[in-house]
Amino acid sequence: MAFGPFLLLALMEGLVTAAVLALAAAGLSLVFGVMRVVNVAHGEFYMLGAVLAWAVTGMIPGPAALTFLAALIIAPVLVAALAAVADGLILKRLNYDPEATIVATIGLLYILQQAALSLYGPNANPVPAPFEWRIQLPWFGYSGYKLFVVLAALAVLLALWTFLSRTRAGLIMRATQVDRMTAQAFGINVDRVYMGTFALGAGLAALAGVLVVPIQQAQYLMGHDPLLLSFIVVIIGGLGSLRGTLVAAVVIGLSDGVISMFFSPTLAKILATLLVAMVLVLRPQGLFGARA
Amino acid sequence: MALEVQGLTAGYGPVTVLRGLGFRAEAGRITCLMGRNGVGKSTFLKALMGLIPVGTGTITLDGVALQGLPAHQVPKRGLAYVPQGRRLFGPLTVAENLAVGGLVRGNDPAVLERVLDLFPRLRDRLAQVAGTLSGGEQQMLAIARALCLEPKVLLLDEPTEGLQPSIIALIQEAVVVLKGQGVAVVLVEQRVDAVLRLADRVAFMVAGRVEEVRDTRGLAADDPAFRTYVGV
Repeated sequence: MAFGPFLLLALMEGLVTAAVLALAAAGLSLVFGVMRVVNVAHGEFYMLGAVLAWAVTGMIPGPAALTFLAALIIAPVLVAALAAVADGLILKRLNYDPEATIVATIGLLYILQQAALSLYGPNANPVPAPFEWRIQLPWFGYSGYKLFVVLAALAVLLALWTFLSRTRAGLIMRATQVDRMTAQAFGINVDRVYMGTFALGAGLAALAGVLVVPIQQAQYLMGHDPLLLSFIVVIIGGLGSLRGTLVAAVVIGLSDGVISMFFSPTLAKILATLLVAMVLVLRPQGLFGARA
Repeated sequence: MALEVQGLTAGYGPVTVLRGLGFRAEAGRITCLMGRNGVGKSTFLKALMGLIPVGTGTITLDGVALQGLPAHQVPKRGLAYVPQGRRLFGPLTVAENLAVGGLVRGNDPAVLERVLDLFPRLRDRLAQVAGTLSGGEQQMLAIARALCLEPKVLLLDEPTEGLQPSIIALIQEAVVVLKGQGVAVVLVEQRVDAVLRLADRVAFMVAGRVEEVRDTRGLAADDPAFRTYVGV
């Protein structure tokens, strides 16, 4: 294949990575922005989304599109409910102390991972794509499902932005993000906001996991890479900034796609990590984050 | 309508700041809290709002107990708070700050209109990000945000601190209007001239307690009470 089409293919693969990453990182960024909690277990919610998608598509009879649609709804809702319980049982009891919650979410990471290993097993299992359309370009054919992933992620991020900027619940979340004590003085139940935020963040990660599973297969250790990349994205974009998360996800996703295809995936990770180091040195608050 | 406080103790962790404080505020009256730095004036307002835990004592509004309520329930009972330093939601717009203030009352447009009539300057700034307002406008917004709650009791913690005289006059006018509307105003204020102009009563605080309550009628700027309790 000539260089041009090869580059186009790399960019399209990068866009898919960016889309999935943007969803997962948006959840991580939201949880940190509103709650000031660095959720180390975030990648496990992504893994649970994928594993539950496998379970739901296996349990519900019917055509692949219908079972996948069910998984798209059921898996994030179940993971969000689990996160809400974890918030009440763990984070709230620690009074959302930033240091203590890091240790606690490391513990949660291992609990969820080992629970998945015990209940789901060590094997990677495929989930069929909801449809098998291919888009035929002059140089190569490309999976229609992968383009669907990009469009679905865009739609979800647009809905999230609308929710945060245009609804009463979004206003409450943003006010709590700015000043927890003053929010309480205006009748905002901060504990409830935190529970909802943690559930929403986990639900977004799970949704990313469901979308990726027809491309990657579900496996109990699959949460590590998205966690690392999500941290890279939110550090570059600015913790708590949705716009920054989206821009950084596109930069990291596209560079990952291009460098992985022309050189090696390892080099792509090395360069992303170097970029994080540069941002931390030159602009610690990230590209779009507010200065502390 | 009356806010009654009896035997209140409160503080931060192991440090007790309020030590058996008694206090009373009534509808349509302005009660000033005065005292030296560190006597517990701001802590008292936070305790009233449920923002710090209360040890012993009672806080009642019209006979209904407020102590022990979760902080987010207190504004629903009719208390509104303008904290020291304003504590606006800086990245949110003026309109959004006012909307947060009105959450408890369902953001009634008529209430918002009344509040904007009191501070017309904010009407032109509704789409502006609150953190970019001038200091005076930020203070107006902090008070307006609290008024969107339609409070029975308004707690103001040094609302004129660091402001220019024209803005101070505007804010004092607004406080007098609120008094006329039957709101019980509790005002932490350090300037004797402002206290004498605005207040009906002054509660002097010493070491976490109200030591003396004086009616401002007949109280002069050179009264020994100011020197004793405030040091001016």
